[in-house]
Amino acid sequence: MKRSCLLLALLICIASSGCGVQPWVKPYERNMLADPLMNFDRDPVASAYSHHVHQAREGARGAEGGGGGGCGCN
Amino acid sequence: MAEVVAVAATKTNTALIAARLLMSAAMLISAASHAAVLPEERADAMYHSYDGGGVTIDGPSVLVRKNFAETVSASANYYVDNISSASIDVVTSGASRYSEKRTEYSVGAQYLYDKSIISGGVTRSDESDYEAETWYVGVSQDFFGDLSNISFSYSRGDDLVRQTGIDDFEEEVLRQNFRIGFSQVIKANWIMSLNYELGTDEGYLNNPYRSYRYLNDPLDPTAGYQLAQEVYPNTRTSDAASLRMLYYLPWRAVIGGNYRYFSDDWGIAAHTAQISYTHTFRDRWVIDLKYRYYQQGDADFYDDLFQFASQDSRDYRARDKEMSDFDSSTLSLHVSYELPQLHQLLDRTALSLQWDHMFFNYNNFSNLTDVEAAPGEEKLYELEADVVKVLLSIWY
Repeated sequence: MKRSCLLLALLICIASSGCGVQPWVKPYERNMLADPLMNFDRDPVASAYSHHVHQAREGARGAEGGGGGGCGCN
Repeated sequence: MAEVVAVAATKTNTALIAARLLMSAAMLISAASHAAVLPEERADAMYHSYDGGGVTIDGPSVLVRKNFAETVSASANYYVDNISSASIDVVTSGASRYSEKRTEYSVGAQYLYDKSIISGGVTRSDESDYEAETWYVGVSQDFFGDLSNISFSYSRGDDLVRQTGIDDFEEEVLRQNFRIGFSQVIKANWIMSLNYELGTDEGYLNNPYRSYRYLNDPLDPTAGYQLAQEVYPNTRTSDAASLRMLYYLPWRAVIGGNYRYFSDDWGIAAHTAQISYTHTFRDRWVIDLKYRYYQQGDADFYDDLFQFASQDSRDYRARDKEMSDFDSSTLSLHVSYELPQLHQLLDRTALSLQWDHMFFNYNNFSNLTDVEAAPGEEKLYELEADVVKVLLSIWY
């Protein structure tokens, strides 16, 4: 119980103060992230078809997309 | 009439294919990104082909995306499946090869406001015995210096199921999906994303063309078996969670990996893992190598050979190989070449050839063409398939 209270207090501290955590990748350091190769879905029309091929033959479905952007269903 | 039904009974799981494609279509028009910017303006024309297990499916897919006033992006997709099937289910039912066509149209739009993107879209799929219409809405938001992104979306599909040869057969299915995604830039060359999706289906979830089999005499398998229409629950709820990553290497190459865990209340649990390596050379060539592994356990009410017939509508029975215990592997080689600038109005043009080879090993789905063996003693079914995509992409 004591440990839980300490953990909760620490989390509140982090959330309320920010604790100095700043975005650690500066805008001028994002050239690699901006490369089209770093897109989870480089060719949407082709990857949608590939997902379809798998989904039609498997019991599993969903949560196969890249994060963020658009509807979140990707 | 019996003959018509027999032919109809040979059809593959078109219901599953149609319904599941809707999720892919929604993904297609979402154009994933990891920052709150509108997707690139581009047009793609693709020819796709699947060949395996006695089934060939091919057709075109065309996707066009146009942005307006730097805040709105609109897209439209036209997709066709031309299916010719003599699958294991067709062959073992004694019917002949059949052909059919499925056409799908999708439109979608995204609106960029500050660091948020609001999305919506509609997809419609038509074939002779299945209609599906799905719409979706979603929102995503960048924060933490654009290093983090969170997204939510909801989609709803209303399907109409028919059965060839039975004019008054018409059933409905309601499909709903809730998704949440979180992506994070870990380092200047490393991004990760977490996705969770809840799916619920309600209505006629059977494939009307699939049958299960049961022994004529449970005490004497040599007495043979009979076929009967499958009996499925009317609801299905599933959870899927995935973790994906991309890591940029100093020589302009990327390694990627992802893992997904899936489970549903039908008793299916599945693992999917994929690794990839993307290499570039001479500025214009991009080569992708991928390996994908998939494994699932069977549904609670799946069996290759039942002892008895179903006693009532709650005594579920299934023998779809998609619900059996199996594993599969996919090896992929994708090659893309960026052409020299063709016209001053075009930013760039690329031609891609993508080839996937798939292996399926079924652990409790028998090959019923093995007619010499006693029921339940047949050899297990295996499947190999090739998937080819030829893609012309133009950015403008």
